[in-house]
Amino acid sequence: MTATQEPAQGEIGRDRRRKEDQRLITGRTRWTDNITLPGMLHLAMVRSPFPHARITSIDTAAAKGAPNVVAVLTGADLGEGQGACINAWPVVPDQVTPAHLPMPTDRVAFAGETVAVVVARSAAEARDAAELVEVDYEELPAALDLKEAAANTVLAHPDLGTNVSAVWRFDSAEAGTGGDVEQAIAEARENGIVIEREYRQQRLIPAFMEPRSVVVDPTGEQITVWSATQVPHILRFAIAATTGVPESKIRVIAPDVGGGFGGKLQQTPEEMIAFAVARRLGKPVKFTETRSESLLTAHHGRDQWQRLTLAATKDGHVTGLKVDLLADLGAYVAIVGGGVPVLGAFMFNAIYKFPAYQFQTTNVLTNKTWTDAYRGAGRPEATFAIERLMDELAHELGKDPLEVREMNWIKHEEFPFTTVAGLEYDSGNYEAATARAKEMFGYDALRAEQADRRARGDRVQLGLGVSTFTEMCGLAPSRVLGSLNYGAGGWEHAEVRMLATGKVEVVTGASAHGQGHETAFSQIVADRLGVPFEDVEVLHGDTQISHKGLDTYGSRSLVVGGEALVRAVDKVIEKARPVAAHLLEASADDLEFSDGRFTVRGTDQGMAITEIATAVFAAHNLPDGVEASIDSEATYDPVNFNYPHGTHLCAVEIDTETGQVRMRKYACCDDIGNVINPLIVSGQVHGGLVQGIAQALWEEAVYDDNGTLVTGSFVDYLLPTAADTISFDLDHTTSPATTNSLGTKGVGEAGTIASTPAVVNAVVDALRPYGVHDVAMPCTPERVWRAINSGGSGGETTQAAAPHFDESEGAAQ
Amino acid sequence: MIPAAFEYVAPASVEEALAALAEHGDDAKIIAGGQSLLPVLRMRLNAPEWVIDLGRIASLRGIRDGGDHLAIGAMTTHHDVGQDPLVHEHALLVSKAITHLADAQVRHRGTFGGALAHADPAGDLGAPALALGSTFVVQGPGGTREVPAEEFFVDLFETAISEDEILTEVRVPKHDGWGAAYEKFVRIAHQWPIVAVAATVRMDGDAIAEARVGLTNMGSTPVRARATEAALSGVPATEEGVAAAAALAAEGTNPPSDLNGDADYRRHLATVLTRRAVLTAAGRG
Repeated sequence: MTATQEPAQGEIGRDRRRKEDQRLITGRTRWTDNITLPGMLHLAMVRSPFPHARITSIDTAAAKGAPNVVAVLTGADLGEGQGACINAWPVVPDQVTPAHLPMPTDRVAFAGETVAVVVARSAAEARDAAELVEVDYEELPAALDLKEAAANTVLAHPDLGTNVSAVWRFDSAEAGTGGDVEQAIAEARENGIVIEREYRQQRLIPAFMEPRSVVVDPTGEQITVWSATQVPHILRFAIAATTGVPESKIRVIAPDVGGGFGGKLQQTPEEMIAFAVARRLGKPVKFTETRSESLLTAHHGRDQWQRLTLAATKDGHVTGLKVDLLADLGAYVAIVGGGVPVLGAFMFNAIYKFPAYQFQTTNVLTNKTWTDAYRGAGRPEATFAIERLMDELAHELGKDPLEVREMNWIKHEEFPFTTVAGLEYDSGNYEAATARAKEMFGYDALRAEQADRRARGDRVQLGLGVSTFTEMCGLAPSRVLGSLNYGAGGWEHAEVRMLATGKVEVVTGASAHGQGHETAFSQIVADRLGVPFEDVEVLHGDTQISHKGLDTYGSRSLVVGGEALVRAVDKVIEKARPVAAHLLEASADDLEFSDGRFTVRGTDQGMAITEIATAVFAAHNLPDGVEASIDSEATYDPVNFNYPHGTHLCAVEIDTETGQVRMRKYACCDDIGNVINPLIVSGQVHGGLVQGIAQALWEEAVYDDNGTLVTGSFVDYLLPTAADTISFDLDHTTSPATTNSLGTKGVGEAGTIASTPAVVNAVVDALRPYGVHDVAMPCTPERVWRAINSGGSGGETTQAAAPHFDESEGAAQ
Repeated sequence: MIPAAFEYVAPASVEEALAALAEHGDDAKIIAGGQSLLPVLRMRLNAPEWVIDLGRIASLRGIRDGGDHLAIGAMTTHHDVGQDPLVHEHALLVSKAITHLADAQVRHRGTFGGALAHADPAGDLGAPALALGSTFVVQGPGGTREVPAEEFFVDLFETAISEDEILTEVRVPKHDGWGAAYEKFVRIAHQWPIVAVAATVRMDGDAIAEARVGLTNMGSTPVRARATEAALSGVPATEEGVAAAAALAAEGTNPPSDLNGDADYRRHLATVLTRRAVLTAAGRG
């Protein structure tokens, strides 16, 4: 056996600093916008200022005559060659899906839609010339308000005859997974408790750090597309499928990508326009959006009305839940589009044993920016609704919100558990996570302080909020996706290449955009293959290198992509075994593999797998019939989703004079199974928490009555910074997943899903003595103040922003 | 975020800057620290043909003891003003306000005079400058004139500086021994204030002898809470005493309604923040 200097300290579980951070943080790397090619031209988009208008004429003459302008092209100029933006998930067979040309020819459907593209030798000249394009519009009535749009008051696409894209429904009685919800509600009205609420999920903007950028190089046999995207593989498919260019003639590269949060899982009009222009001109082109363009046109998230009915017995056992959603799709059905609320359908019952459940979403088209997945995608909305309702039920009963939850949740000994939504939860321990979270939080002491402040009539009131979330992640079992009409599978692919020098290249189809795949995957491979962490190189994001993959979203990279990797590694070991037996002159059955070495049982003879890789490279002495490669690949299709859970506790202090909400303490205990890298996990939880807290307190995409995005810059779209948050208390319980080899669960979205209701529950809890039972999100100081003074939920956001930059002429300094 | 092309000139003296301004007039914009002008240019909200940079005029930088006042050069950065011991000693309210102004990066680039000349009613310097009764020194082709703060702020983004003039200096009367506080109300840290209150008081024992209160973002210009100031004179520095006076803070104001708050909420905030600012300035916060 190998004598090691230190105790066998595995890589898995170590808080490795991230390999990729040096280059990502310093920016010394290949962001798309850093790419410059010989003869490259630059694009600028001419965008509609109106949410809904007919394009009556476009005069490009002045722009074409501007310095160094090569071309000015409209939708009509590009015609069908521009391809189309696809919807991959028609949630019902008769879904109403407006055709989505990257650049429309006759009508715009949201403010910000591109109507012409200017191509020039520099980005500045393109931008200058874009201002010279004269577009005449005939304004059309715009469908802006979600509820009015659902009633077809004004049509977003008049030719479709309706704004309702789809109505998708699940009913536990019909599905055979539970009882009749109407009956449960009727019984509760007679002899129980019925909680009826309507909650608003405000529109949010993903606001990733790196604006989107695309470079297309049509020179050479393959057209190469670099894009700041989460989904290089899906993008390649979509370009090929809609332009007629063979998939084999397209290479898509996602170089280092600066964040996405779902906001970059789109096939964007700008990518398609760049592709079309590059092909037409035969020159490389680049388009990088401004921050303003990004906020205006990159897909938005959330935007639902939720009508909810919860039925319970008088002692607090929930007997049924009925969910009726309106979901705003925006102007077009995006790539996941109407699937976002459907993903939520399976999560409203959360960690609870509800006997009856019904869900319906009405997906509605409006003349606003399209919406799609944003960190959590459907599950934050569901978690918010049920966790708010459970607090309302507790209040109705006069019980502690954790006690009511415990009465209804799945006990740890009941796993695996099939829920009323038809999912089988493999593992979990809500009791343990809750106990730990309470301990970290100091729950009882804070409750005592709250009582004291209430008794004293203190100007600063304390509120405690609870969120006991679970989610379904690890998207997704292909069979399930197929049953839901999704247009692709949910598998992932990995490859392990054993290099002659003993180094290892790992190729994954899960393309990272900041998550730390390179580090975590290196740890997995280092442990399993017994090679040094530093010797593992993780390659991804280039369809020529990573030829198969379904990319990164839905907390899938580790639980799906990681499992594919484990299987590829195991194949390497199995392929190496006969070679090792041959070289060691032993029977393969007598070989043991551990710590990177094959050893002959009962002897001191052995050989490292890296030595075998070298021997296979030389191929001088291989057994007969064995190929000269131990490289391996694997494609893994998950058999089930993956169910992380956790208990999040939040305390807020509310200044009752001003309505200001200040976070006092936030403690969470997440059960994400076995942890590969605790540091990366903490980063994911911290970032996720802030994003969820931001929905509760700060962020909202606001449109005015003209369909103009009022929160069009970071002056008005309030993205928090570290200065706005507190230190979080994190811990974990461990119920390993039973459906993957490593026992891991996804963590990318957990914080975002859990934190929003914890914060709002805390705000409402603080305000209960004032007769307040809801505060609309974001819980602005003004809303909180109005709630205190009126008992309502705080009213609508005023649809106007203050100017801070003087547009006037003249010489003011 | 690429501005339209413009010509750039960086004169070495105020006279040269005035000459450039005279030559280009309406086609020119003056740039001081650029913290407001650059976003305007980059978002293409404005496209001047000329940008005249005051950054190389050494005489516009620095803080002088002018006897009964401090003379703050218009091009002195917020950071330099905020760190200055003379300012701390003689105009504490300015020091206090600057600790709340934007972030460290902006404070190192943005200038005292540039921000005041920009005249954003949500800017953090207007209310303190007004409350302290500052005088604005403006230089033009005909020479130099002094504009009292009450006349300097005319409207949203509009000051008494003529198109052919440049703000060169702000004279802040010394308020030795006056306590000061700047209460700024925001939702997130890097936001412009929804409302802010600049208060400075001279104590006489346990009572407030004199008080000056300026309000940020309670109208199209910074405004003085004169009714509150009058009511505070001789009042004991107690919660009750100050609250009664602070309740008058929003009198005569005309605050905006926007995403962050409607006018009535801002009026309410003004009264609460005034009470807190005055009590803090009086050492009772």
